[in-house]
Amino acid sequence: MNALIVSPLLIPLATLVATLLARRSPRLVTALSLTGALALTAAGLVLVGLAAQGQILATQAGGWAAPYGITLVIDRLSAAMVAITGIVGTATLVFALARDEDPARGPDFHPLVHGLLVGVCGAFITGDVFNLYVWFEVLLVGSFALLVLGGGRRRLAGTVVYVVLNLVATMMFLLAAGMLYGASGSLNMALLAQAFAAGEVPATAHASVVLMLTAFSIKAALFPVFGWLPASYHVAWTPVSALFAGLLTKVGVYALIRLVTLFWPDAGIAHEVLLWVACATMLIGVLGAAAQVEVRRILSFHIVSQVGYMILGLALATPLALAGAVFYLIHHIVVKANLFFIGGIAARLTGSERLAAMGGLYARAPWLAILFAIPALSLAGIPPLSGFWAKFVLVKASLDASAWIAAAVALVTGLFTLLSMSKIWNEAFLKPHPAGDAGGRSGEGLRPGLWAVGALAALTVAIGLGAGPVMDYAVAAAEQLGAPDAYIAAVTAGGGR
Amino acid sequence: MEIIVAVTVGLLVTIGIWMLLDRGLLRVVLGIVVLGNGVNLAVFSAGRLDGRAAAFVTEGGAPALAANPLPQALVLTAIVIGFALFVFALAVLKRSFELHGNVETDRITAVAEEPAPDLPAPAKSVTPTSGDSAAMQAAGTSRAPGALPATPPSAAKAERHGAAAGGHA
Repeated sequence: MNALIVSPLLIPLATLVATLLARRSPRLVTALSLTGALALTAAGLVLVGLAAQGQILATQAGGWAAPYGITLVIDRLSAAMVAITGIVGTATLVFALARDEDPARGPDFHPLVHGLLVGVCGAFITGDVFNLYVWFEVLLVGSFALLVLGGGRRRLAGTVVYVVLNLVATMMFLLAAGMLYGASGSLNMALLAQAFAAGEVPATAHASVVLMLTAFSIKAALFPVFGWLPASYHVAWTPVSALFAGLLTKVGVYALIRLVTLFWPDAGIAHEVLLWVACATMLIGVLGAAAQVEVRRILSFHIVSQVGYMILGLALATPLALAGAVFYLIHHIVVKANLFFIGGIAARLTGSERLAAMGGLYARAPWLAILFAIPALSLAGIPPLSGFWAKFVLVKASLDASAWIAAAVALVTGLFTLLSMSKIWNEAFLKPHPAGDAGGRSGEGLRPGLWAVGALAALTVAIGLGAGPVMDYAVAAAEQLGAPDAYIAAVTAGGGR
Repeated sequence: MEIIVAVTVGLLVTIGIWMLLDRGLLRVVLGIVVLGNGVNLAVFSAGRLDGRAAAFVTEGGAPALAANPLPQALVLTAIVIGFALFVFALAVLKRSFELHGNVETDRITAVAEEPAPDLPAPAKSVTPTSGDSAAMQAAGTSRAPGALPATPPSAAKAERHGAAAGGHA
C-alpha cells in the first residue's frame, strides 16, 4: 500500500535516472521514457480505483507520525490529478516522437519531462506545506530547462520572463510557509486545517495563507498576475508548451483548491475575492485571446481564461461548484494539451504559426480539421463534449448560489471562446494558403503526433459521452474536499505503515 | 534580537524588490538572490530566536531552552534550492548577453513578443544560418519510427528560421 502511494514519485524518478543512463542510445531512451510514463498512468489509474471506493490513502515518510514526518495523502482529487498527469505526460512523449526540425528534439527532452512529472506528482500528493514548496521547486527547475531547450533568441527571452516571475512567486510562497509555521507551529496541512477549524490560530496565520494564495495565483495565472504566461508559453518547443499548458498552471489551481478547502471550508471574504478574480480572469483572458494573431498565443490566453472557470467553482464553495471545478480540471488538461499539439501539427503542415501565413488545411488534411474541431468545441463548451458538462455544472452552481454576474460571465466567455476557435478555423483551415498550392509542407513523420492527438480527442469525447461516471467521481471528490474531517483523520491516524 | 532580525529582513526584502524593478537583467537576478536571503532569514526567525541549547531535548531537560531545529532544516533546504535556481538564472543571463548584447528587460520582452518565425523547411541536413543556432546542439539524429526521408519541400517563403526579423504578419 505504501509503495503504491509513493509510486507517483518513484516511477518518474526511476525513469529520469534510467533515461539519463541510457543517453547514448536514443531508441532505448524513448522506450524507457514511454514505459515510465505508461507505468505512471497505470499507477494513477490504480490510485483512482482505490480512491473511488472512498478511502483516503495516507503515509508518513520515514514512519514519523503526523506532526513530525512529511505526510503523503491521496484522496479522490489527488488520484485523479496523478492519473491525468500520467496520461498527458504519455501523450506528450508520444507526440515528441514525431519528426521535427526543432533543435529541442534531442536526448535531453525525456529526462527533463520525467523530472517535471516528479515535481507535479509530488505537489499533487503531498500533505505538508513546506514539502509542497519543495515539489514546486522540482517542477520549476524541470520547466525552466524544458522551456529553454533548443535555445534561440525568442525562447531565451520567454524563459527569462518565466524564470523571474516564477521565482518571485516561489519566494512569496516560501515566506508564507515560514510565517504560517511561525504563527501556528505546524506545517502539516491536516493539522493546520484542524487548528484553523478550532480557531486556535492567530490572525497572522490567516494573513500568511493569503500570501500563499497570492503566490499560487501567480502560478495559476489568475487575473492581475497572469502576464508572464502568454509572454512565455508560445516560445517553447510544441510538446513542451503543450505539457505546460496542460499541467503547470493546474498545479497552481490544485494548490489553491486544496488549501482553500482545507483552511477555509466555509465561504468567507476570501471566496468573495476569488469570485471576482475568477470573473475577471475568464473575461480578460478571452479578450486577450481575441487580439492575438498566432495560434499558440491565442491558446495561451485561453489557458488564463479557462483557469478562471476552475477558480469560479472554488469561489462558490458549494459542493456542486467544487465538483464542477474538479471536472473542469480533468477536462481542461486533456483538451488544452491537445489543442497545443494540433497547433503544432498545423504549423508543421503550413510552415508557420502566424494565422496570416497559414491556410488550406481543410483541403489538405481533413482529418486534422476533425481532430481540431473536437477539442476546440469542447473548450468552448458545445454539447456533447466534455467542456459542455464542465461549464453546465459551473453555470448551474452559479445560478444556485445567485451569483448572476458570474454565470453571465461564464456564458459570455464561452461564446468568445467559440469566436476565438472559429478564428483559428477560418484562418488556418478554411482559407487557402497565402502561398497557394506551393505553401504546404510535407506531413511525413507526423504519425506519432497524430496518435497522441487522436487518443486525447477520443478521451475528450469519452469524458463527454460518459459524463455520468466522471461527474459522479467529481461530485464525490468535491464531497471529500467539502468535508476535510476525513482527510484530517486519515493523516492523524498515521496512515497504514 | 527580534528587532534586529525584523529590520534586517525588511531591508533585504526592500532592496531585493527594488533591484527586481531594475531595468538591467543582472540587477534583477541579483535582486532575486537578495530577496531570497531576506525570505530565508524570515523563515529562520519563524522558529524561536532565543534557542540557547542544541536541539536535543533530554529527559528532565527544559525544551524551552533548545533551539528549534525545524526552521533551520527548512532554511537549509531553501538555500540549496535557491542556489540551484540562481545558477540556472545566471546561465540564462550569460546566454542572453551572448544573444542579445545588452540585457534590458524591455528588450527581452520585445524579443519574446516577436512574431513567430516560419518553421525551418524540413530537410535532411539542417544548415544553421545565424549565430543563433551556433550554441544549439544538433537535433537528435534518431528518426521516429516510420519516418521516411524527407522530400524536398516546394519553395515557399524563404524566410530563414531565427533570422533577426521575424515574419511580417
